[in-house]
Formats: sequence, C-alpha cells, structure tokens
Amino acid sequence: MKDKKGIIFTGVIVGLVATILVKYGNPVNMGFCIACFLRDISGSLGLHRAAVVQYIRPEIIGLVLGAFFMSIGTKEFKTRGGSSPFLRFVLGFLVMVGALMFLGCPLRMVLRMAGGDLNAFVGFFGFAAGIGTGIFFLNKGFSLKRTYSLSKLEGYSFPALNLGLLALLILAPTFIFFSTKGPGSKYAPWILALAAGLIVGSLAQRTRLCMVGGLRDAVLFKDFYLISGFISIFVVALIGNLLVTNSFDLGFASQPVAHTDGLWNFLGMMLAGWGSVLLGGCPLRQLVLAGEGNIDSVISVIGMTIGGAFAHNFSLAASPKGPTSNGQVAVILGFVILLVVSYLNIEKADIKLKGDVELEA
Amino acid sequence: MKLNLVDARGRSCPEPVLITKKALELNSEGIQIIVDNGAARDNIKRFAGNLNYNIEVKEEGEDFVLTLKK
Repeated sequence: MKDKKGIIFTGVIVGLVATILVKYGNPVNMGFCIACFLRDISGSLGLHRAAVVQYIRPEIIGLVLGAFFMSIGTKEFKTRGGSSPFLRFVLGFLVMVGALMFLGCPLRMVLRMAGGDLNAFVGFFGFAAGIGTGIFFLNKGFSLKRTYSLSKLEGYSFPALNLGLLALLILAPTFIFFSTKGPGSKYAPWILALAAGLIVGSLAQRTRLCMVGGLRDAVLFKDFYLISGFISIFVVALIGNLLVTNSFDLGFASQPVAHTDGLWNFLGMMLAGWGSVLLGGCPLRQLVLAGEGNIDSVISVIGMTIGGAFAHNFSLAASPKGPTSNGQVAVILGFVILLVVSYLNIEKADIKLKGDVELEA
Repeated sequence: MKLNLVDARGRSCPEPVLITKKALELNSEGIQIIVDNGAARDNIKRFAGNLNYNIEVKEEGEDFVLTLKK
C-alpha cells in the first residue's frame, strides 16, 4: 500500500481536477479526454472542419509541459526514439479512430463511468478485450524494437511546439478556428485548464499513470500499482459528479457526448485498447512520454492528431446520434491492420542469457 | 554464485519486465538486468519485489544495473 501512495494521490488529483474543469466550463464527463482534445486541436488548426469540435485545449499543452519540467527536475528527461516510428504513427491513428467511435480516450471512459454513463461500461469491456488481445501478442514476443539516443534539440522540440500552440490560443489569429457551438465551445478558462494540465502532467510523469498499463500489468504481472490510479480517478470523479457538479446520471440514454450503440462502443474501445497496448501506454501516457523526450511517443501523438482530422474529414467519428457506416468500416480495417502489425512484429529470438557474471554469494 | 546478465536497454515498458520474467524462468536463482530508463527500473523493482527477490540497483552512467537474487 505504501508504494501506491503516489499513484493513488495522482488519481485523486486527476479526479478532482476533472471535476473542477467541468464545473468551470468543460463538457460534462470531459474534464479530461486526450482523444477529444487532440481532435479539437487538429480542428482548431483547420486540419478538419467539423465546426463543433475546434479549440486549442490548454490541458494538452499543460500535460506536455508539466511532464517536461518534472522530467527535467528529476533528471529523467532523455531524448530517445527510433523504435518503429511509422508503425507508431499508424497505431496512434488507429487508437484515435477507435476512441472516436466510442467518443473518448480511456481516461474519458473512466470519467464517463464515474458519471453513470452505462455505455462507458460496455466500452470498458471492449477496452479489456483489446488489452487482453494485446497481451496475447506481448506474451508471444511482440516488440516495436529498441529505441536509440537522439540529440537534445530533438527532445526539446515537442515541448517548444506546445509553447507555440499556447501562443496561438492566446493571440487567436484569424486562421485558427474556435467553435461557437457544440463541445468545442465549452471550456474552462484557459489559465485554469493550463494549470490543470501542468499539475496532472507533472504528477503523471512521476507516477507513470496509465489507464492501459493498469489493466495490462494487473493481468500480465499481477501488479496492481497502475490500476490503483485508475480506480482512484473513478472514485473521486464519482464523488465529484454526485456532490459538486450534480451531473451523475445513471443510464444509457441521453448521456453527454455519447451514443448508445453497444456493439460499436465495445469495438471502438477494443481497437483503442489493443492499439494502446502495442504502443506501450494510453493516449495520456503517450503525451507525458512525449514531454519527457520520447520521440516515439511524439510520433504516436501526431498519429492520433492526424487520425482525429481524418476521422472528421472522412466521417469516421461517431456522434451522439451513433456511429457512421464509414466509421464502422474504418474500425474493422483497423482490426485487420492491428492483427498484421501484431503478428509481424513477433520476435522469434528468445532471451539470451549471456556473459555470466561472478557475484559474491 | 553465478548470475546471468540480461541487456534490456532501449526497450520500452512493459518489455523489460517481460524480459525479466522470462530470464527468471530460465534461471530462478537470480539475474542481472541492464535498463536505461526510470520506468523500466521501477517496474522491474516492483515485479521482482512481488516475487520476493532481493533487489540491488546500481547507476552506471545513463543506465541502471539491477541485481535480483533469491
């Protein structure tokens, strides 16, 4: 229990911060949603033109910069990359397609569950099935191969890009799109959202908080460290919904930014869960790693952002009305691609026990 | 006592833990494993701790050498 203090504390803060963000303007059950927020950013930059989901979300900028500053402080900042970069782009893209079928990343899934949205529980079962599928391939020897050290400048570039995004948000030049209605028009004041991101990003860097890792490690290693973060987010967000925002509403119908198609909620989250296991972490974890110099995660985040743009340009994203047939085709194609990627990246070579080391017994 | 040395540098989680798990299946007395990031170090420490191994961590430049012994 003692070693879980930090991660439980982080979960409590995430739940609390999510409640505060909703209280001050974010859409309900969307205090945090990495998939939705990256999609909003890509819309704001004009990469898609879905007018209801365009906003530069300061939470994302805060998460990256929070993780960056914390990793500098703890000397864990280290630029590395080169582990199957393009495959990671594709995986990030597919995680986004799955998440936008369900309407939320794994973190928002937890927040939706805590809001009483029963569709999210269906999504959770799909998520677990996706993680189980990913674990099957991990046990077979799936690997995206090793990373290499890269130059410092490479590592600083992504945090710097986020400073640029912050400038675009504040200066609001005319070529940046901001929603005037829909979820994209609902947001907490930018300084609050930025602070929220900074706090969560720095804590998540320290504790390695990850929604996917929680279930994965519990199944794979009987290690319940990360999942205690997941559970504490759920508990605190549930209390927040009941007592602070009064937004707890148990049921399937008319849930905020959600649809009731169980099959596609399940399959969407299954795709996102499987893809995230292959990437080594959920979208939140990818952002945090991107902040601490992991270029592979930067590529994954860019894959997700571009995936969000395509999801709206090609009508793949679901809406409260339900999934689209384009989206259903994309999710099925996504499964085929994940299967190919999973199978072809199985390393045949086993562990080599080499170089015996003499130790004093 | 002889311990095998396993190199898991450059691997992202959960691979270092999976490698540790496999190596300990081959030699349950213990192993030495080299990793190059804090997440891998912490995850292996937790994993080996749950299996009641004694764990020693040594920093070598940018890498961490973990010695796991029964």
